[in-house]
Amino acid sequence: MKRDADFDELARYRGEWMRGEGPESDIVISTRIRLARNLADFPFIRRCSDEDRLSIERTVRARMESLTDQRWKSAHYVDLEPLSEIDRQLLVERQLISREIAESDGSRAVAFDAAEGYSVMVNEEDHLRIQVMKSGLDIKNTWEQVNRIDDMLEEVILYAFHPRYGYLTACPTNVGTGLRVSVMLHLPALVITEQMDRVFRSMQRINVTVRGLYGEGSQYTGDFYQVSNQVTLGHTEADLLALVGDEVAPRIIEYERKARQALLKNNRDDLHDEVSRAMGILSTARKISSEETMHHLSKIRLGISMGLIEQPDVKVINQLFLQTQSAHLQKLQGRVLGTAERHARRASFLQHHLAGKDDATWN
Amino acid sequence: MKCQFCEKPATFHITELTEPVGPQVMHLCEEHAKGFLNKEASPPMTAIASALAKQLGGQSGDALEELDQKECPVCGISFFEFRNSGRLGCPYDYTHFESDLRPLLINVHDKTEHVGKKPTRSAGTADSLAKMIGLRREMEEAIEREDYERASEIRDEIKAMEDPIAPPSTSSDTQS
Ligand SMILES: [Zn+2]
Ligand SMILES: [Zn+2]
Repeated sequence: MKRDADFDELARYRGEWMRGEGPESDIVISTRIRLARNLADFPFIRRCSDEDRLSIERTVRARMESLTDQRWKSAHYVDLEPLSEIDRQLLVERQLISREIAESDGSRAVAFDAAEGYSVMVNEEDHLRIQVMKSGLDIKNTWEQVNRIDDMLEEVILYAFHPRYGYLTACPTNVGTGLRVSVMLHLPALVITEQMDRVFRSMQRINVTVRGLYGEGSQYTGDFYQVSNQVTLGHTEADLLALVGDEVAPRIIEYERKARQALLKNNRDDLHDEVSRAMGILSTARKISSEETMHHLSKIRLGISMGLIEQPDVKVINQLFLQTQSAHLQKLQGRVLGTAERHARRASFLQHHLAGKDDATWN
Repeated sequence: MKCQFCEKPATFHITELTEPVGPQVMHLCEEHAKGFLNKEASPPMTAIASALAKQLGGQSGDALEELDQKECPVCGISFFEFRNSGRLGCPYDYTHFESDLRPLLINVHDKTEHVGKKPTRSAGTADSLAKMIGLRREMEEAIEREDYERASEIRDEIKAMEDPIAPPSTSSDTQS
């Protein structure tokens, strides 16, 4: 494992899960699975002394470094405490760490391999949060990878486990399997046709949570939604994976497809107009907020997958979703930017890439 | 403490765990607590608050107060603190507060028995798990008073408890 990471390089890197490929990738952005684990011989984070937290971090780091698995060789181990706010924010934007761990205090760290799409947070709400992320709807491969990492860590770390309650977690809502499987969906047609409420309601009865993504508070921006299992105890991992991956996600995908067809049939011209306008704004704006960017990118992504426009490639749009966020923009620019400056640089970045040019020529 | 919405004493301290805002503590009288909890709660975290209120609703103020003061002998967390934060203090809490947590687990998960993956090694009993955490505390205290001899004794003891749990080389029945 490498003891640090090049954050400038990371900001330029597009990431496995942003490929825009994989099954159902016109609607499913990514699949993410996480496991919550705790060390047997420490209190949970809330009751940890500073020494405990430091000791957990050191123990975990040493044990991880003792692993000989080839795949760990390319992994980074980053101490989050001394990191600049922008670098932490960058990791949040890439979803390698949670907002919570970025904003908390004390000893904490993350081991990750951006290329492989996995990360292990140390001292988040639980001592360990292992997660793997893949492009498209890919439950099987995502689970296999996260399970393998868990197996590997389990050989060197003694987990808190109870024969009746399973893997013990700080919050009783995660106990048992400690498993949360989340699928991120792009559902613009359901939003336009005002059917999201119905989707929310139908999901309430079947033990899954649907949540707007990328938004602050209850504001959903960009028409992204995340569906995940709600219960973790009393069901096997296979059952929980099947609930989200075989039952719920395909159903929502079907709703979205139907809504898209209906839009094409009844509102094709309006929709085409909206997509073209979104394209026009992002290609010509001189300054733009990240929220407005998200909103228009979402429309363009819809336009592409519905065949209304041919350019640019959906991969470019996925990349823009990621790299127009504040920390990415600032890392790419190589310095801290004020809000007004960010808005101007974001606009220029968008123009540049929507015109089909690459990073190297942007300035 | 008074209810957030009226002058009556607050007997319910409910933590609404909303993401991404984080925990929001509500101090409510019984009447307002009922009203609050009857609203369609946003899953999954509010489930803790509503399960607790349901479970504790029928109890007298005294019984509630007694439960609130119950403390884990290992990490020292009180039930009150757990109710307020939604977070437990250590693995032993699942044993120490078992009867108080069971209704909550049923409410959240509908189940109380783990049926999934198991680690190939375990700390053994809940007691040995508690002992290990206790030893670590003792070790930190020993270091603090610069009793390094005692600290290293304890370190060895913890190590000994961790290590023999590795699966014996003769057994091949561990799950893959
Ligand atoms: Zn009241
Ligand atoms: Zn405890």
